[in-house]
This record gives sequence, C-alpha cells and structure tokens, in this order.
Amino acid sequence: MGIVVFFLAAFLAIVSALAVVSQKNPFVSALGLLGNLVSLATLMLLLEAQFVAAAQVIVYAGAIMVMFLFVIAYVGPRGEIGPGTRKPWQVVLAVVAGLLVLIQIVLVVWTTDFGKPASVDEAFGGPGAVGQAFVTDYLLAFEGVSVILFMAAVAGVILGAGPRPKRLTTDQVMAKEGEAEARRRAASRAAIEAAREAEPGEVR
Amino acid sequence: MSVGLPFYLSVSAILFAIGLVGVLLRRSPLTTLLSLEVMLNSVNLTLVAFSRQVGGSDGQVFALVVMGIAAAEVVVGLGLVVAMTRREMVLDTDELRSLSG
Repeated sequence: MGIVVFFLAAFLAIVSALAVVSQKNPFVSALGLLGNLVSLATLMLLLEAQFVAAAQVIVYAGAIMVMFLFVIAYVGPRGEIGPGTRKPWQVVLAVVAGLLVLIQIVLVVWTTDFGKPASVDEAFGGPGAVGQAFVTDYLLAFEGVSVILFMAAVAGVILGAGPRPKRLTTDQVMAKEGEAEARRRAASRAAIEAAREAEPGEVR
Repeated sequence: MSVGLPFYLSVSAILFAIGLVGVLLRRSPLTTLLSLEVMLNSVNLTLVAFSRQVGGSDGQVFALVVMGIAAAEVVVGLGLVVAMTRREMVLDTDELRSLSG
C-alpha cells in the first residue's frame, strides 16, 4: 500500500514540477506548484512527518500560493514570457547542467549504504516532538526566523507602496486621451464634488 | 518505511534538477520564483527523509525553518515584481541589467 502511494505521489510531484517550468501562463505554473506541494506533503506523511506535512499545506498552499496568485492577477498578461524564448545553446547548457546535478546526486545516493532506518515511537513527527526541539535546541533559529519574517513584511510594504501614480491635470488628459475623455473626467469629478457638498457627513 | 531512503532522495534530486532548469531557462521573474519554490521544496523532502532515517526531529525543524525563509523570500520577490509593474518596467529578467558590468 505504502509503495503504491509513494510512486503515485512521486509521479504527480514530478509531472507538476514539469508543468511549473514548462507552462507559458503563470497561473498554470502556480497551480502546478500547488499540485507539487500537495504531492510532497503526501510523501512527508509517508515519512511520518505529520506536522511538517500539515505546515507545508497550510504555509505554502494557504499563504504563499494566495500571494502568488494575487500578484499574478495584478500583473496580468505582462508576466507571460514563454519558455521558448531562450537561444538554443542556452537551453542545451541549462538542460546539461540540470542533468549533471541529477546524475551526480543519484550516483551518490545509490552507491551509499545508509543502513536500516531508525525505529521511531508514536510521538515522532507530531507537533509535540517538533515543538519541543524548536524551543529547546533550536531557540536561536526560531527567533531568527521570526526576525527575518518581520523584516520581510516591512520590506514588502516598502516595495509594494512605491511612488504614487500621478494625478493628471485636465490639460494633460486632453493631450494624452483626447478632448472627450478630458470632459468626461472633469464632469465626473464635478459630480463627486457636488455630492460631497450635499452630504457633508458621509465619508467617500 | 515501505520504500527505502534512496527512493525519496532520488525523487528529491529529480525535482531539484527540474527546478534548476526552470530557474536557468525562464525569463519571467514570476516563473523564476515558482521554480525556486520547487527547488526549496525538494530540499525539504530530503531533510524530512533523513530525519526519518536518523530518527530525530532535527531535520524536521530545519525543514520548517526553510519554509519560513521561503515565505520571506517570496514576499520580497513578489514585492519587487509589484514595484516593477508600478514603474511600468518590462517583466523580463534579461532586461534588468543596469548593474551588469
């Protein structure tokens, strides 16, 4: 049973990873990453790392993927550059580099004797065991991650805020969009002003 | 464990190589970040597999730290993509070469 689940999850993980790197549309790539994450969480469950598998689904699928999809939707079709836009020699070099890394790791992995896996008790991989290790042996790493996450949040706000889009004057709109558009914008602005004066208590 | 450690490490190596090819080949910063996530996840699988083999929680703690760092990295990367979009720059990593010598 475990063998069937392993090969199914491994197959799905590899297929979805291929979808991530080969699709032109970033939405499809992001959905491929989602499939990859869920397959890897299944593999982690087979390795009796329940807490890490749950955190994987919650942190990646819940938080990171939502952010990715939001930014992909915000950027729109400008983010689409297909995989076929590289020169042929670049493609060949990249594939050769990937294959070399793969062959190297696979050779080492299959020629090493790792011995028998350790026997583990019921608590292994649960929130208790992992949390215990986190707040005793790895307290510094725990605090470091929290500081880095805080810095990243501040950096994200600063980067995302950026310069405000300039508000064009009526003359500039007329030069850029034509007279009809300038009249329409001036009229809508006047209507908003009038409505604001009529109901001063209402916040718009 | 029904399947041995080398199987898990091989799957992880395949995913790492796929992600590496993606990072090298894709020109859109969004897809480059997605390929990077594939690489980070494959390393997470390696850490969890070794943690099971050794029988300690250390590898799992490391995997959770990697997840936190990946979240931070994605925030900064996507912030850069949003900033580039707001400045109406082309979303192409090959065009970002004002720092190249």
